[in-house]
Amino acid sequence: MAQTAVADSDTGPSLTELARSHGLTKAGRLPSLPEYTRHLWSYRHFIAAFANAKVSASLGSTKLGVIWQLLTPLINAGVYYVIFGVLINTKQNVDNFIAYLCAGVFVFGFTQSVVQAGSQSITSNIALIRALHFPRASLPIAVSLVEVRNMIASMIVLVAIVLLTGEPITVQWLLLIPALLLQTIFNTGLALFVSRLISKITDIRQLIPYILRIWMYGSAVLYPVTFFAERVHGWQLRLIEANPMLIFIELVRHALMENVQLATAAPLLWLQAAIWTVFVGFGGYVYFWRGEKGYGRG
Amino acid sequence: MADDRQPTVIADNAHIVYRIYGSVAPGANSPLASLKRIVTGKKSAAVREVHAVKGVSFVAHKGEAIGLIGTNGSGKSTLLRAIAGLLPVERGGGIFAAGQPSLLGVNAALMNDLSGERNVELGCLAMGMSPAEVKEQAPGIIEFSGINERGDFSSLPMKTYSSGMSARLRFSIAAAKKHDVLLIDEALATGDAKFRKRSEQRVRDLRKEAGTVFLVSHSEQSIRDTCERSIWLESGVIRADGPTDDVLKEYETYVNK
Repeated sequence: MAQTAVADSDTGPSLTELARSHGLTKAGRLPSLPEYTRHLWSYRHFIAAFANAKVSASLGSTKLGVIWQLLTPLINAGVYYVIFGVLINTKQNVDNFIAYLCAGVFVFGFTQSVVQAGSQSITSNIALIRALHFPRASLPIAVSLVEVRNMIASMIVLVAIVLLTGEPITVQWLLLIPALLLQTIFNTGLALFVSRLISKITDIRQLIPYILRIWMYGSAVLYPVTFFAERVHGWQLRLIEANPMLIFIELVRHALMENVQLATAAPLLWLQAAIWTVFVGFGGYVYFWRGEKGYGRG
Repeated sequence: MADDRQPTVIADNAHIVYRIYGSVAPGANSPLASLKRIVTGKKSAAVREVHAVKGVSFVAHKGEAIGLIGTNGSGKSTLLRAIAGLLPVERGGGIFAAGQPSLLGVNAALMNDLSGERNVELGCLAMGMSPAEVKEQAPGIIEFSGINERGDFSSLPMKTYSSGMSARLRFSIAAAKKHDVLLIDEALATGDAKFRKRSEQRVRDLRKEAGTVFLVSHSEQSIRDTCERSIWLESGVIRADGPTDDVLKEYETYVNK
């Protein structure tokens, strides 16, 4: 009665050959990196729509809506200023500590929120992943895009703070754009890396808050960068100064403010930032791509 | 079987094994036992294997609609997920497919905070449509799903929908695109009789457009209505594969035994 009888074991190879001869592809095959990248590019509209959807879903239930994108960084800066600028006086010799502090808080906050949201981008969308076929890298990349929007809002606040505290507008301000562009690529790589790591080892999510906190203390966000040079020396100091977040924060401060004391000379900072960006951006992408077929398994 | 029909899905001796982490006997997950495992580097205690599909082979052709039947836990949904490329097939066998099969299940969630309209847009983009195609198709999808029959529901968040409504919307989105291979998991069982009729018509249309449809359902009626070929899976093994009427007859005698 059966049209296609249950295949005997000796007809096995011929089925595989039949599949090959008709150009069928094996289910669950990993596409090559260029193939994957092209596929991802053809999904750019989906990535943008998904990022927009995430913003409206998260702000949709609030009354102030988009205004929160500006309020959040303002409140954030206010809290840190009261604690570290007024209560514990960490100003030391910084002329314009408010602007200095806010630049650090906002630039670090950009990466921090990408890591936090990226760590859930696979695990919280598992139903979507199981239902529809799209390159999974779309999800962490969309997370990074959402945070770019938030970052632009906080940069508007930062520029206002910098101007109000008496810094002049100079040509150097244009350096803000390449610095944030590098950081965006760096963040995307980081989101890709973290999302695969956490989809595999869920336990790490518990550690993320602590890792981020240590990272923040090591990035001279709340106190001047000279703080480190006065306390640690040798390889320890070099290790701290190689910290990519410290480098990005320094670059933004250097772009927006006059008379800022840098840890390293500016050209060297740019070189380090570029190296970190290529390393983390590309590395994170490759790492994520290697796991592409496993994300729906859960 | 030598014929000139175009095969779209081929399973060659496919074995599928689930590895379940953390589901262990009571006591084995105590802090002390976990610590012991970490120290000794032993992993096996926490991993249990479930051999869900055991050596399945079949050839599906262009234009066929194939019903997958079997009792609960027989491996039907697992097989569909493997065809979709979501579960790996063990070494030694393989599942091959033309293009990218799309799995449509009733638990396929979209974004519940967003309106139906935006979910349609998002779902279509996620299936790889261009924005122009989405704009063109969206009204048709909403209309087909029938969610606007009782007022303007498409602009309300999906979390306000009844489960039948959101299942209908999901089906409509997935059925809007021409798939080479469409895998439907119990989707037709949701929704009222009116929608069921419409969706069966859509499955038939999809088949005419030269795709292959796999349908997992416990409703014999919907299998009978949409599929002329059926595969009966029991404990991960194919018990019968052939014309729906024959297979269903055998299945009924088995179930009513």
